[in-house]
Parts: sequence; structure tokens; C-alpha cells
Amino acid sequence: MDIQVLGPGCPKCREVEKLVRTVAAELGADVTVVKVEDFQEIARMGVFATPAVAVDGEVKCVGKVPSKAEIAGWING
Amino acid sequence: MNDLRELRIDAPGGGIAPPEAAPSPPAPDKAPGQAGRGEIKRILALGVPALALWIAVYMHLEAWADAATYGLLGLDRGSAFASALAFFLYDGPKVLLLLTLVVFGVGIIRSFFTPARARRLLAGRGEAWGNVMAALLGTVTPFCSCSAVPLFVGFVTAGVPLGVTFSFLVSAPMVNEVALVLLLGLTGWKVAGLYLVTGLLVAVASGWVIGRLKMEGHLEEWVRLIHAGQDQPEAEPGWPGRVRAGLDAVRDIVGRTWPWVLAGIAVGACIHGWVPEGFMASIMGRDAWWSVLAAVGLGIPMYSNAAGIIPVAQALLEKGAALGTVLAFMMSVIALSLPEMVILRKVLKPRLLGVFVGVVGLGILLVGYLFNIIL
Repeated sequence: MDIQVLGPGCPKCREVEKLVRTVAAELGADVTVVKVEDFQEIARMGVFATPAVAVDGEVKCVGKVPSKAEIAGWING
Repeated sequence: MNDLRELRIDAPGGGIAPPEAAPSPPAPDKAPGQAGRGEIKRILALGVPALALWIAVYMHLEAWADAATYGLLGLDRGSAFASALAFFLYDGPKVLLLLTLVVFGVGIIRSFFTPARARRLLAGRGEAWGNVMAALLGTVTPFCSCSAVPLFVGFVTAGVPLGVTFSFLVSAPMVNEVALVLLLGLTGWKVAGLYLVTGLLVAVASGWVIGRLKMEGHLEEWVRLIHAGQDQPEAEPGWPGRVRAGLDAVRDIVGRTWPWVLAGIAVGACIHGWVPEGFMASIMGRDAWWSVLAAVGLGIPMYSNAAGIIPVAQALLEKGAALGTVLAFMMSVIALSLPEMVILRKVLKPRLLGVFVGVVGLGILLVGYLFNIIL
């Protein structure tokens, strides 16, 4: 499973990346976390506010820091 | 992450309010769909007493600050230090309390307006009315400055006219809830209202002017070539979700800005205590015609958030600086900042970026001079 964290690198975007990695490690899930910082790539995914999270290319949350429970929900999907 | 969801409403007891003290109850971690009537009842059961406590504390702040300064510490009435301290002890908790309540309310309002919804609302709008709507949406849509580029691309690719997009981009940072609360708390509703109305006017007018200049050719190539994807379907959060959004906003915004607020109020308190009455009148007064120009020139490269600059602005006003000059200074600090320009440079060619700064700067200058002439 690939999880993409979309954001140019502001503190909130980094927080989301850390959170996703933490939750994935806690669940022991086989997850690759990719940080997408390129604006063209972000815009192409239809995301207009960062930070955003996509799971296998499907956007799950936009413009906010998700809760741990939300992230766990996507991973267990 | 979730520790703040536990109830933490402590009476500030004359000291400084804990920034996390939410004026309303937390919502438990539950999917929005599961939220039932019981949860709404719980919100009311905790929220109403919390609000009552908020009001009770707010009403007594001045008395407590006085008691602490002159009673508890036994300082001399009329000494500069005592006057600065009383100012700080009163204004600090007052502003933090106001900030918490208003940010909570704004957080709830914001849960109705997402950037994707703003994009849908603005797509296909003409100019003029579109500029007005964009400026209004800019004030209520949650938006952080590093989202400026994706948002800009989203708007342009949805067919929102360039000028309308700029009205949004100007009003989003300029008319800001933290600034509004601080002005309300420190200078009263008249100045706060003027700031709100003129900020919106500058956003509408500068977007309209940029639209008239027909500078679509000055966007970076990739912006025009890109095809932005579909916007994502959004789930309706429901009321418990909206309350949670309000609490998240408090944790995020108040949690982030309270040191700046207190630092700004401390500077304001020093000006209040030590700078003589009428001192600012000569350099920032109405008669110094160049003062507005200097204020804007000084404000643009400065980078501070509203939280730090407004207590300073209030203290300047109190010592005789003219309202127009102070408003112009504040607006240029908040609305035009170097980091934001660096980000916008990714989508705008230098000329359009220059026009953006020029038009907004000019609008702010006009506001400054107008107020100095009228008031």
C-alpha cells in the first residue's frame, strides 16, 4: 500500500507525514509513505489545500491534519 | 494528539488563561455518521456552563488585574511600571479569552466552507460580483499560505477569472479572524469594523484592477497547461463534527499564536507605560503627510502575524498615532509578506507578482490617507 502525503513542506505537512509513519509502524502495516512536494503533481490530483493524504492515489483528506484514528481507518481500509 | 479532547476548562483565576481552555466541550473521537442526539445533548450540557464561566471570568478581568497590581504587589498607582503591568495583566487574558471564543466560532463557520467548495462557488462567476464573493469567501475559507499555489491552480483551472482569484488571495490573509478579535478587544468595534470593511474593499478593488489588466499571459506556463483533477467528494461533518472542527481550530490557532499575542501585548504594555502621551503624534500623526507612505513601505517587507502586530498598533494609536497610518501599517504587514511572495512566484511571472504587490500596496495607501482625512 502506498500512502502519499501531499504538501510543500510546511510544519503541518511534516506533522502529517510523521503521524502517518507512526500509525503505520504501530499497526505493523506494510505501507510505503511518499511525500509529494511538487505543486504540479499536487494540482494534478485535484487537491487545492494542503496538507492532504492519498492512499494508492485516492485522496482521503484535504486541508487538515487527520487524526490517528482516521489514518488507521485508511490503512485497515 | 487526542489528549486535548479531555475536558480542560480551568478558571484563569486572574492570571493568564491557559490557551487550550476551550469555551466548549470536546467531542469524542467518533465517525461523523455515528453521532447521535446523545452527543448533541452532551455538547450542550458541557458547552452552556463553559460559556457561562467564560462570561463570568471575562467580566472580572479588570478588577483582578487591578487587585493583582496594586493590592497583591502593592505597586504605586501612577508609576510607569505599574501602569504597564496592569495593562498586560488585563489585556493579556482578555485577548486570549476573546480569541478562544471567536476562533471556536470561526472554526465552526469554516466547516461550511472548504477550498473545494469555494472553487465550485466561484467557477463560472463573472467579474465584479465574482470579486465581491471571492473576497467574502477568502475571509471564511480555511487556508494556510503554503496552500496558496494549489489553490491558485485549482481556481484558474476551474475557469475562475484571474482577477477574482486575486480578490480571494488578498482577502484571505488580510481579513483575518485573529486580527479582527484583537482589534475588537483592544480598540473597540469601530476600528474592528473599519478594518473589516476596508480590508474587503481593498481585496475587491485590487482583484478587479488586476482583472482589467488582462495579465493571464503572465502566469507560469505549467499553470496553463495543467489539467487539475476532479475535486474530491466531501462528507458533511454534521454538528458534532463541526464542534470538533471548532475545537481543532482553537487548538491549532490559539495554540500557535498565543506567544505572539502575549509578546505583542508586552510591547504594547511598555509603550503604554513609558512612551509619553502624544509622542507618536509628530511622527505618525495626521499632519505628517508622508507617514502613511513610510508605514506601508516599512510594513511590506516586515513579517509578523496579526497576533504580534496588533497590540503594538493599539499602543501606537493610544499615544497619538493617526488611525489611517496605523491601519495602513497593519494591513501591509499582514497582507503582503515576503514568504508568501516566494510561494506565489512559483505560479506568477515577476511582472504579475509586481502588479499584485503594487495594486494591493496602493489600495492600502488609499485606505490610510482616506482615514487620516476623514477622521
